[in-house]
Amino acid sequence: MNLNYRSLVWRLALICLVTVVFQVAAVSQIKILGVNADLVPLVAASVGLIVGSLPGAAFGVSIGLLLDFALVETVGVASLILLAIGYAAGRLRELRDPQGAIVPLLVGAAATAAAQIGLSLLTFLLGQRVPLGWPLLLELLGTVAFNAVIAIPVYLILRRCLLAALPEDPRRRRRRAYTTGGLSPLSKS
Amino acid sequence: MYDRTIRRRRLALAALLACPLLLLTVYFGESSGGTLHNVQRGVFSVLAPIQEGASTVLKPARDLFGWFGDTIDATSRLSELENSNQNLRSRAIAGSEALRVNAQLQALLNLDNAGGLAAAKPVTARVIGQSPTVWYATVTINQGSDRGIKAGNPVINGDGLIGQVSTVTANASIVSLISGGDLAVPARISAGGANGVAQTGAGGPDDLRLKFIARRFRVEPGATVVTAGTLSSQSGLESLYPPGIPIGVVTRVVDPGTDAQKIYLRTYADPQRLEMVQVLTVPINGNRR
Repeated sequence: MNLNYRSLVWRLALICLVTVVFQVAAVSQIKILGVNADLVPLVAASVGLIVGSLPGAAFGVSIGLLLDFALVETVGVASLILLAIGYAAGRLRELRDPQGAIVPLLVGAAATAAAQIGLSLLTFLLGQRVPLGWPLLLELLGTVAFNAVIAIPVYLILRRCLLAALPEDPRRRRRRAYTTGGLSPLSKS
Repeated sequence: MYDRTIRRRRLALAALLACPLLLLTVYFGESSGGTLHNVQRGVFSVLAPIQEGASTVLKPARDLFGWFGDTIDATSRLSELENSNQNLRSRAIAGSEALRVNAQLQALLNLDNAGGLAAAKPVTARVIGQSPTVWYATVTINQGSDRGIKAGNPVINGDGLIGQVSTVTANASIVSLISGGDLAVPARISAGGANGVAQTGAGGPDDLRLKFIARRFRVEPGATVVTAGTLSSQSGLESLYPPGIPIGVVTRVVDPGTDAQKIYLRTYADPQRLEMVQVLTVPINGNRR
């Protein structure tokens, strides 16, 4: 494990812990227009976008586990959803390498919607009571809209945190996108 | 090299996928005292102080954003609450209005029952207009000849007699009030049985008097005055007013026991507070007792 990789892992671990604590201790308690932000899927998707699919998936599993432990909920449910989100965001970055400024917003909104729907669906399938119907839909739409608003700042903060630990400057990645042996910036190292 | 990387990636992904599935299976399979539950409690007990500390540290930020959120929420709820408030105020006013009207109607009903006036086919009406003079000479009610009201019909409210119908149209009528001075109502002292005529004098509505009481009758302040009804047995001389309808109370007597005695009354019905009234449309037995 070289220095950059270790640095990246530490940074991701710190981001994971800070995100969960910040989400549980502060963000979940702030409601604006009846909804609150959900940082966790945003962070998982942003990390996937920045570092690639496999690290994104690993980060998703980790942050999901930490969230389940912190909230004393069924262990593995959030991990499963966030794994998919992190991996999908990373694959989007590896296959399409979208460069538009609006990409984090769209990915954040999609990740939030996926997380909300996936968690509700999985919880329902596991036999727990879920308030399916209009209230859930309105809550979902509100959270998606809220997260879409904060998606770009979250992405930029994470990118700033992780950029120094990445093997190459992601700003140059377009020229080497989807080249042999380079599925993610980490696989170069 | 590339294939090996792909294989390694797939393997890693499968391992990552297996991890939550395995945890999920174990978590569901074990009891609440199982290993994973214990680990979860242990992690929670470690995270809890961190959360508590973070919660304390982040409280100002939370309050700030909460204030923004509350302000936005409050702004969006303001018009909703204003509408709700307006609606509730309207309902409260309507409720108190209904209670007041109900009390008046109840009083009318009581009077009808007590005086046997139900047979007089009373028509209930609402006062929709009042003369603006200090005499309160007339009021307009919202029922007319369509409901069988005729000129001369006596009009009462829950307190007693208030006057008689003077003008009738199809759907409204003018009622001349006893306080107006135009009416002369055959009346008697309820206790003593002395008969006279109640009429407002030149002094205005406060100058209602009971006239033509023989001097042999001693009238004391506080005596109740009611309508006398028809006193004559001859046809064609019937009173317009059924007997026994309260008119008012004797307030003072000047020169009592003389031919010049003046008996002053105060009507039970307040001419300034008329709202629901009844018109007695049919005389009962020629308004005789």
